[in-house]
Amino acid sequence: MWSLSGISNIIHNWLNQQFSPLWALIFEMVIAGVCVIGLFAALGLVLVLMERKVSAWMQIRLGPNRVGPKGILQSLADTLKLLVKEGMTPGGADKFLFNLAPLVAMIVAMLLMAPIAFAKDFQLWDLNIGVLYISAVSSISVISILMAGWASNNKYSLMGAMRSGAQIVSYELSAGLAILSVVVLTGSLNLNEIILSQADGWWIFKGHIPMLIAFVIFIIAVTAETNRAPFDLAEAESELTAGFHTEYSGMKFALFFLAEYVNVFIVCAIGATLFLGGWMPFHIGHWESFNHVMDYIPSSIWFFGKTFFLIFVIMWFRWTFPRLRIDQLLNLEWKYLLPISMFNILLVTLMAILGWHF
Amino acid sequence: MFIVKYIKDVFGAIKSLLVGMKRTGYYFTHHKEIITQEYPDNKATLQLPERFKGEVVMPHDEKNEHRCTGCTACELACPNGTIKVVTKFDITPEGKKKKAIDKLVYHLELCTMCNLCIVACPSDAIVMAQTFEHSVFDRSQLTKVLNNPGSKIMDGVE
Repeated sequence: MWSLSGISNIIHNWLNQQFSPLWALIFEMVIAGVCVIGLFAALGLVLVLMERKVSAWMQIRLGPNRVGPKGILQSLADTLKLLVKEGMTPGGADKFLFNLAPLVAMIVAMLLMAPIAFAKDFQLWDLNIGVLYISAVSSISVISILMAGWASNNKYSLMGAMRSGAQIVSYELSAGLAILSVVVLTGSLNLNEIILSQADGWWIFKGHIPMLIAFVIFIIAVTAETNRAPFDLAEAESELTAGFHTEYSGMKFALFFLAEYVNVFIVCAIGATLFLGGWMPFHIGHWESFNHVMDYIPSSIWFFGKTFFLIFVIMWFRWTFPRLRIDQLLNLEWKYLLPISMFNILLVTLMAILGWHF
Repeated sequence: MFIVKYIKDVFGAIKSLLVGMKRTGYYFTHHKEIITQEYPDNKATLQLPERFKGEVVMPHDEKNEHRCTGCTACELACPNGTIKVVTKFDITPEGKKKKAIDKLVYHLELCTMCNLCIVACPSDAIVMAQTFEHSVFDRSQLTKVLNNPGSKIMDGVE
């Protein structure tokens, strides 16, 4: 069958026939790297266009409609423009850190791709602590923002970076607790096992109201973690010109921009994996024929469908809600989300012990 | 009680956010609500809103008569000296002298389209037009005389 895992198996077998295992492994790594970079480029193009169209339609506008049919080449034209622009480094900046920061942002995004299961049996690295790995590595992204802000030698950049630090450090708590509630129910940190545990129903349905609360808190917290409006305090166009990437131009800016969208994709993919069953098809109880029809849809389409649905929800947030002030932002986390998610995880633990889920 | 207020706050916040999301979701799915005009393409069929304020004009009827009495209320109302009323004295058939406008000079380059002159006018002599293609190569062309040459005041407008 032409599934993603089938293709990867064919390539794996062919490489092992042609070369020694070491060279086959090296070639596979290269292929995986190229695929990840290709996915990044494709995501950047698709998500920027999607965001512009979604924002336009939500604000009763038309959106890009000039470049190419219905404007689908708009983000390609933007990329071309950014590629030919000069990537300036300001005179007073710390040159090494300044140029390193966008790369760190991209590398973090790349590392996060490793444990995500894109389809059935199609995963770069099936490690047994996938959830822990994701929550640990995603915290590194704050370092790239701090690095960019500090190295720019600009007050706006520094303030944006500091805000971003406060924001990500605090929102990571409630995101972590929301993820933890899934781990409590599953009893495993392995992303594959978490997906397999949802074969008879996704956690958002199986876990009653506490899981719904955890899901909502997770979505709010990851919106804040990816520095998107209504939590875009790190960029804060209205106060800090562009926050941590004020001084960046050309391709370095584009890397930050791309990293933002890739991070959105990744957190939505994690949300889809943990709460909406990853590549698991949608099944309803004992409706055998319905379940069989759902099984015919390829698992990669299920995964990308759920992920893009969550991305749409996050975009919906961005173009609906007013921005928060920095004190309101921290109030929301420390006075509302954190107590609620702590109480919620107690409920989930009780549910898991007493077996009250399906 | 504190905890009741807290829970009420949370639910009130969720409700108000959902109301907002419902509105933007409605706009997202109903493309007929889009108000963007693709301007140069639809020049022939362009429909501007009724209240659009493009420039001040003085309507004349088919007998080349306007409604301006030359009271200078518009000149006084204008916050940045856009309108200058040059008056003259007409001789009425009864032999009396009557104040009338010679020229109503309008500086489009100074106008902010604030509509105060139209509100101030007691005889509705001036209105806002819906034209907006005002670009010219020489700024002296932006100084306009609103009353047509040889026009006079309508009968019955005092």
